[in-house]
Amino acid sequence: MSLIEKYPQEIEDILAKYPPDQKRSAVMPLLYLAQREGGYTTLEAMKEIGKMLDISVTDVASLVGFYTLFHDKKEGKYRMQICTDLSCALRGADQFLETMCEKLDIEPGETTEDGLITIEEVKCLAGCDKAPLFQVQGEDGIEYHENMTVDKTMELIDSLRKDSKKVKK
Amino acid sequence: MTHFLLRHRDIPDINQLDVFRKNGGFEAFQKAVKGMKPEEITEIVKASGLRGRGGAGFPTGLKWSFIDQKNWPHYVVANADESEPGTFKDREIMESNPFQLLEGIAICSYAVGAKDAYIYLRGEFWQVAAFLDEKIKELEKAGLLGDKLFGTEYCLRIHTHLGAGAYICGEETALLESMEGKRGQPRLRPPFPPSYGLYGKPTIVNNVETLTNVPLIISKGADWYKSLGTDDSAGVKLFSLSGRVNKPGNYELPFGTTFRKLIYEEGGGIIDDRPVKAIMAAGASSCVIRVDETILDTPMDYASCRAIGADLGSASVIVIDDTVSIEKVISKTVEFFKHESCGKCTPCREGNYWMMHLIKRIEAGEDVEANIDLLSSVAKQMRNKCLCALGEFATMAVVTGIENFPEDFTAENIGGGHE
Repeated sequence: MSLIEKYPQEIEDILAKYPPDQKRSAVMPLLYLAQREGGYTTLEAMKEIGKMLDISVTDVASLVGFYTLFHDKKEGKYRMQICTDLSCALRGADQFLETMCEKLDIEPGETTEDGLITIEEVKCLAGCDKAPLFQVQGEDGIEYHENMTVDKTMELIDSLRKDSKKVKK
Repeated sequence: MTHFLLRHRDIPDINQLDVFRKNGGFEAFQKAVKGMKPEEITEIVKASGLRGRGGAGFPTGLKWSFIDQKNWPHYVVANADESEPGTFKDREIMESNPFQLLEGIAICSYAVGAKDAYIYLRGEFWQVAAFLDEKIKELEKAGLLGDKLFGTEYCLRIHTHLGAGAYICGEETALLESMEGKRGQPRLRPPFPPSYGLYGKPTIVNNVETLTNVPLIISKGADWYKSLGTDDSAGVKLFSLSGRVNKPGNYELPFGTTFRKLIYEEGGGIIDDRPVKAIMAAGASSCVIRVDETILDTPMDYASCRAIGADLGSASVIVIDDTVSIEKVISKTVEFFKHESCGKCTPCREGNYWMMHLIKRIEAGEDVEANIDLLSSVAKQMRNKCLCALGEFATMAVVTGIENFPEDFTAENIGGGHE
């Protein structure tokens, strides 16, 4: 189903934010909308967005490539994006990342076998006083988890696992 | 101390509109729209000495006065792309004292004649954007935003716009490109945004913290504001303190407070009582300053920081103790800037790429001395050659780290496996 068929009202609201002759500004909000389907944008969605905004699919794809929160490949249902930048590293973020990878038996950038979690190492999340921290990017948006420990994170993963099983049933 | 920006720390529930209004909220905006000329407001902000809080420290009122009156419409954009490692102040304002920011945006919009204002938030602030959307709706319902405000002809709408993970979009012209639906890459300046901004129209781009100061300046006056801080740097500032301190966090202090007070009195001192080895005063894009007693007693204002070879920038103080090798520090900053270079200017794109590879070689123990010299040389060659400041920022920690801490860059110490 196309985006416009699925989200007519939301698309109208997004376009209304910008001057009528500047609808290209809606490209990023529309890409977020497209990512609700599986957490990444398909070529079809990019084509549809391009058509809607009168820009080429190449332009749309170039944004997906440029911005780190847009993805063109399916990964885990939840992307656990751990900040290991300087301030966080000074508070143990590198060790946190390493331990989480060991616990889940994956490397940064990889996805757990059940397709639930992808661990990604990311740049500063503006939460330097609450390290270790990460955000979880899912289909419905982004959520912060701060002052985390490995145990608390494993609990979170368990609850995400349970939730996603419920949805499947 | 009473807080002027982090007012939620003194007044519970100030993120509720009724509480905010009971505490004087939106009186300044109403006073402005009903009884003041736009240029009067700009003059007050000019006289207050308020300078941009995003890092550059440009005088805010002066920026507003540059708005091109011959080209319409005008726009205001609040820069909420907060992405500098070590900076997390704007997020706290938006999460906990959102109406003061929104009122600041409204006053700025009235002063420059904008009917549409945008808040450009980094994509990671998804939850914050949803929260601000709710607050904007409440203001529209209460008649504080929308058409014919306070019985006048003035109309104003505020919209949020989410970025998607790109540090460079904090640079104002890259931010505008991004808002226009393009890759966030800086424009050649001049022209500056007050004459050629969003959609080619005159635009004022101000940082979140800058705008949050504005309602206070209008209600309490320029002289009151100037009485806080120092001659060179008026008012209060949010200091984001992070790194090896016991109590990292945001601290609202007058300009001119010393590093010592911030680190030891506010920040609770260093973890395990270790000595401070180095300070970076403006996040990852700043110089690595070797700390001694004099440095600790330096007042944190624009001029005093410049005098010790540092820059106050957005006042994101990263504290490094003696357990940390400066080689590791610059390895982190280089990795950051390599990832965040937008790729438009060759010296920054290629320079960062090579700096990262040189660091890797150094860490692998390959021809350490020669590669450190080469690293310094690459960094110095990147300077003054790019459209925006990222190309400069990337070199700050590298050049000063190697210069100020040569002992952390000897073959022996790097081979010795500093953690």
